[in-house]
Amino acid sequence: MSNLEIRPAPVRRSVVVKAGVERSFAAFTGNIGRWWPKSHTIGSSPPVNVVMEGRAGGRWYEVSADGGECEWGKVLLWEPPTRLILGWQVNGNWKYDPAFVTEVEIVFTALEGGGTRVDLEHRNLERFGDRAGPVRDAIGSDGGWLGILRSFAANAEASEG
Amino acid sequence: MSRRSSSAATALAALADPTRRELFERLRAGPRAVGELARGVTVSRPAVSQHLAVLKAAGLVRDTAAGTRRVYEIDPKGLGAIRAWLDDMWGGALQSFSAELDKEIEDGDKTNNSN
Repeated sequence: MSNLEIRPAPVRRSVVVKAGVERSFAAFTGNIGRWWPKSHTIGSSPPVNVVMEGRAGGRWYEVSADGGECEWGKVLLWEPPTRLILGWQVNGNWKYDPAFVTEVEIVFTALEGGGTRVDLEHRNLERFGDRAGPVRDAIGSDGGWLGILRSFAANAEASEG
Repeated sequence: MSRRSSSAATALAALADPTRRELFERLRAGPRAVGELARGVTVSRPAVSQHLAVLKAAGLVRDTAAGTRRVYEIDPKGLGAIRAWLDDMWGGALQSFSAELDKEIEDGDKTNNSN
């Protein structure tokens, strides 16, 4: 029984925007630095921009004030203006890990009246718990999960305070 | 943000106790009955059951009945903190995206301006 399967449900989120699919896709991918919440980044300092390279195989990453880049992953599928799959390659230690890939699929669907529904699914979350996954290996260490939980709590309190 | 806060705080509190952390560590190897888990830890079996109840309440483990035994395993949805964080992140990101697009539409066509 050493092969415990951990299969958490994918994260699914949707939003309806007033723009058409082409404009929505362009804004989502091309102007990501304008709307990405500053509360959710992985670098050591707050980012000044978030960039997505608009092609399969392109990178997406945050840029810190000193010009340093903190990679999040690769663009896995690029089908403007309706579909996009991003690799979220930030592991359980909040570090970019090229060997770690979870998929974020974003689908843009035209609605009657000109709006667009944006459906997002972040899947393969079980990979956070796989193999020598840091989530499971470092569970008791300050640099591991407990450290992450502490920073969750600190961040949450800071954003509430 | 309160959901993330409470989820993180609950999981953190649950794992802050060394006995609970040890029990959780053992479950990483696979499902275990309460009796198995109680062997080799210094606290009594009722105390083990209480610790497991705390881990369960924090969403970190779940239990099933196997005959007369109660078997515990890591909750498949209990990568809880990470999943909650991602859920919160994407929810916030899409709301922020929608708000930015609305603002652009209201302000006129600014989509091609660079930062």
